[in-house]
Order: sequence, then structure tokens, then C-alpha cells
Amino acid sequence: MRIKTIATAALVTATALAFAGCASNETPAAGGTTAAGASKTLTGTGSSAQKAAQEKWVAAFQTKNSSVTVNYNPDGSGAGRSAFIAGAANFAGSDRPFKDEEMGAGKFAGCAADSSALNLPVYISPIAVIFNVDGVTDLTFDTDTIAGIFSGKITKWNDAAIAKTNPKVTLPDAAITAVHRGDDSGTTNNFTDTLNKTSPTVWTQAAADTFPAAFGGEAANGTSGVVQAVTGGKNTIGYADASAAGKLGKASILVNGKPLQPTADAASAILDNSKTIAGRAANDLAYSLERTSEGVYPAVLVSYAIVCQTYKDAALGTLVKDYVTYIASADGQQAAATAAGSAPLSSALQAKVKTAIDSVK
Amino acid sequence: MTQKLTRPGTSRGAEPGPGTGAPDPKRRGDRVFRGFAMGAGILILVILALVAAFLLIQGSPALFADPAKLISQGYGEFLPWVLPYAFGTVWAAILALVLAVPVAVGIALFISHYSPRRLAQPLGYVIDLLAAVPSVVFGLWGSLVLAPAARPLYEWLSANLGFIPLFSGTVSGTGRTIFTAAIVLATMVLPIITSMCREVFLQAPRLHEEAALALGATRWEMVKMAVFPFARPGIIAAVMLGLGRALGETMAVTMVLSGTRNITFELLTSENPNTIAATVAQNFPEAFGLKTSQLIAAGLVLFLITLVVNMIARWIVSRRAEFSGAN
Repeated sequence: MRIKTIATAALVTATALAFAGCASNETPAAGGTTAAGASKTLTGTGSSAQKAAQEKWVAAFQTKNSSVTVNYNPDGSGAGRSAFIAGAANFAGSDRPFKDEEMGAGKFAGCAADSSALNLPVYISPIAVIFNVDGVTDLTFDTDTIAGIFSGKITKWNDAAIAKTNPKVTLPDAAITAVHRGDDSGTTNNFTDTLNKTSPTVWTQAAADTFPAAFGGEAANGTSGVVQAVTGGKNTIGYADASAAGKLGKASILVNGKPLQPTADAASAILDNSKTIAGRAANDLAYSLERTSEGVYPAVLVSYAIVCQTYKDAALGTLVKDYVTYIASADGQQAAATAAGSAPLSSALQAKVKTAIDSVK
Repeated sequence: MTQKLTRPGTSRGAEPGPGTGAPDPKRRGDRVFRGFAMGAGILILVILALVAAFLLIQGSPALFADPAKLISQGYGEFLPWVLPYAFGTVWAAILALVLAVPVAVGIALFISHYSPRRLAQPLGYVIDLLAAVPSVVFGLWGSLVLAPAARPLYEWLSANLGFIPLFSGTVSGTGRTIFTAAIVLATMVLPIITSMCREVFLQAPRLHEEAALALGATRWEMVKMAVFPFARPGIIAAVMLGLGRALGETMAVTMVLSGTRNITFELLTSENPNTIAATVAQNFPEAFGLKTSQLIAAGLVLFLITLVVNMIARWIVSRRAEFSGAN
């Protein structure tokens, strides 16, 4: 009897503690600067591709500015954009810029009434085509072949299309297992965009966060899941952030007859060869990616920091300005390259982003 | 013990005298405990109702949304979208049970009727320990060890038994198929089914067993005649408990299964029907707006599937109990 009572009491206490634990997990509401005292808070939400880089940037920025707290929630690009529109985030990280119809003065709760948003490219990462085929270390594909493989039209490694671009490689007579991301991701969006832009006849589906179900293939969860499935499998191929490829073979992509590896230089060149979307403000660096230029590795993920042209709260504007200035600086880009394996912005682009940030109020 | 407890009670009970209407202190513990027990019973109902309400409220924007809006802002029209996942959930769980139940009943029978006592107890502990392994560990094991190891077997099955529809199709190069997921799930539900079956088998009436043996039955015939008929409702209940676990398992499936949105009975290909739980877990981190609602609505569908399965189980158990001869 006694023991039972004690057990019941313990159970009740444990339950109560469990509920209390839940409550303490909730993140504090996203707000701007806190008026009280000198401590200031900056909240960003968005792209999980930027996660590793943002963590590094936040740590470095907070070391230099001890009174500032920066929170970056890697909830995904879509969540970041909607949080920015609602004013819940002071800046957004997004794997695509806002579209024309999403832009406009007064559409963003955190910005001044006459202010629109600025899309600033801050994170460039090449997407590698990774493979694991017995006895094969180097492969070269044209984009038609890659599109054919991932859409399930090319099913054997010794297919004529693959053999044509790899005359020196002995290809096995084995089925190809093409691994894609099972979860929604900006990597998939940029990879499918690449295939759609470079091989529209083979890759008939438009770019999307979700890999098109019609094309089939093997699905794995997250970048690490894809890399692990390709590594653990046999005669597999997949796509992932180049920095995550590990020891796996990374295929070269033929661009105008020249094979290109997913290097930082070949990736960051994409923005120098692309134009900003027509009809935007001079300081809005929203690019329409040109994936077929000479010397440019086509499968590149470009992620943006989205900020207000003019903030409602001027102090907040200064804070965002300081933070994004650091991110786009040579220091910040180098830090991200070390921490996340991204490709640093070219110095010409760094200067452009700097000019754009300087106009933020 | 009882004396110590009752003596102060009776002496104090005598003090107020008759007619004062004071409650009998002997009963106080009884009433308190009854309150606790009833509170706990109500609490579980309240929690269940709250979870259902949460799923309904948060999922309703997707449930009642215009299909065109779901196509542009969500994952697509709700029913066609969720149906393959619902199929995958049930299909994976059934496969897991097909693999797990014979083994579990075998182990339970071995522990209760065949093994020497010295072996039975440690074996029981080990099986129970299996239940304590976190699902993420099973997931890691499944994707890193089991899937690559099982791939040659799948290739053999496909080459030699490919004429059976279950084994047809192109074999996955990674081994991350629904068959692998089912093996992992089977491993996870095994301890639940085993320990419950073991308890039921141990309660089979000794007299029946001895009577069967005395009539010249072999040990297997005795089990067939005396143990199984008695234990059948218990076995069914154990299986249904395992089914519930298999239906809701998330982490292991997410890590092991190469899941897509299709309905197929092929076991060895790359394109397996994904489960609802794994789909929600995979897509929730990047979901927002209507997509979040749609995933929560999928959770509601899973909730309903589990509820229906459990109700069917209850019904079977209650129906069988009447004429099983258990009493």
C-alpha cells in the first residue's frame, strides 16, 4: 500500500517534470532589438544549407561584438521567407531570392512602409555528382547523361552515353542506383534547375524542392543520408554538397566540351557570369543564374541573405548592416569556406554586395 | 505489517465517538488511492483527446483546403497524396509482423516450455534488453550494416525467385529496401511480442498440460492441444501491440528506407512506399504554412489507422476469449 502510494507520487512528479521540460524547450519569440540595456538581439531564419556557415559567422560576430546576440534558426528557406514577410525574422536565409510578385514596398512587416527587400547572395556551394562504382575513380558526364541517369532513362553503367564521354574507363555491366534527396531541399532545387536549364529535352520537370516522384530512383534523408547510401551501396550515384562528398568520386561535368570539377573557383564564377533579374532596384542582387556559361560549373547552390532596404527600427537596421557586412567580407567568406566548404564570393561580387549593404538603413 | 498499520487507525478511530460523522480514517488511504487511480485514468483520456484535437485543429487547413491551393502551396491534393504513405505504413508493419511473429512465438515457447530453467531466465532478460535499445540505434545499424550486408541476398532472390511478383523489379544497389526496413522493424517488435507471449504461455493450466502428456501426447502435441488454445487471445493481443509499435515507428524507417510516394508490392527495389511517420519526420523541418498543416493531417491519418487497428484487436480478443476454453 505504502509503496504503491510512493510509486504513484513519483509517477505524477515525473510526468509533471516531463511537461515542464517541454515548456523550457520553446524558443523565445523572435523580436528585434531589446530596448533594455546595451544587449541587442538579431534574429535570422531560413536556409539549412547555410547552417554551418551561419554558425561560424554568428560565433565570430558575437566575439567581436560582445553586446550582440545573433540567433539563426535553420528551419528551411520557405520558413525563413515567410518569417521575414511576417516580421518574425530580422533577416532571412533563402536558397532563392524573392520572386518579382513577392517583392514590393509595404509587403514586409519588419521593413518601413515604403521599403522593399534586398536579396544579397552570401553563400555559394557547388553540388557534386558523387558515385561509387567498383574500380572506377574518375567519370565525366555531359548534362544530358546526368539528366538521363537521374530521370531513370539510362539504367546501366555501360550505356553508350556514359561510355562516349569516358573512353578510358572500363564500365561494369551493372544497374545504376541513382540516389536523390527524400526530403525537401534547396540542393534538390538547384540540382533539378541545373538539369532543367541545361538539358530541357531530357529533364522535363521544372525545378522544385521535392525530387520529382515520376522519375523514381532511390531516396535518402538529408545530405548525410545520400552520401552514406552512395558510400554503402554498389554501383551508386547521387548528388550532394561538394564539401560533404568525403572520399567518394566526384564526377566532372562537361561544359562546352571542357570537363569541370566542382571546385570553389568554377562554382563562384557563376555569379560573375550571371545577370541580376531585370527590373529590380540597383542594390537588389537577385540573380537569374546562367548555368551554361564557359568555365562555370553548372550545379551550384546560391543562397541569399534577405534584408530590408529600410528597417522600421533604425537601430536594428544598423545591426543587420554590421552583420551582413561581416558575412560578405573577405574574412567572413573565408570563415565559411573553412567551416562549411563553401565557395567564397569573388572579390568583385564582395564589393557589389558591400555597396548594396551600405544602402541599408 | 498489517498490524502496525491498523493499530493506530483503530485507536484514533475510537476517539471521536459514534455519531460525529467523521470519516473512518482507515478508509482515508483507500479514498486517496482511488482518487489517484481515477485521476490517472482520466489523465490518459484527456491526453488522448488533446492529441486528437491538436491534430484536427492544426491539420484542418489542409483537410478543408481547395485542392488547387494544396497543389500550389502544399504537397498536392490530400487523399491521393496520403494514400500511398498510408499503404506503406500498413505494408511495412505487416511485413515486419510476418517476420517477427513466428520467431517471437518460438522464443517464448522455448523459454516457457523447452529450455532448462537456468537458461530461461537470462534469455528472458536479454530479450527484454532488446526492447531498451533506442530506435535511432536500430536505424544506424539498419542503414550502415544490415542494408549493405543484405544486398547480395536480394540480388540472389531477384535472380532466382524473380518470377514471384514480390521479388521482381530492379534490385536496389544500396539494399535500403522495404524488406530491410521490415527486418529492422521486426527486430524492434520482437521483444514486445516475445515477453507477452512468454507470460501467457507460462499461465497455461498445468493440469491440462499434464493430462495431455499423460495421454501419451508428445511435447509438441501437448503445446498444440493445451498451450496454444489457451494462449490464443494473448498471442493476438501481443501481435496487435507489436503492430501498433511497427505502425508508429519513425526514426528507424526514416534512416533505413528509400521511400517514395508509390504503391507497390515489390520488396527489393529502390522505389518503396514510404510510411506516414517517416514522411512527416523527413519533411517537417523544411515545411511551412500549408505544408505543415498537410503533414499534421497525415499524422491524423496515422492516428486513425492505429486507432482502428487497436479496435480490431480488442474485438478479436474479446470474441476469442469467450470460446477459447481459457476459463
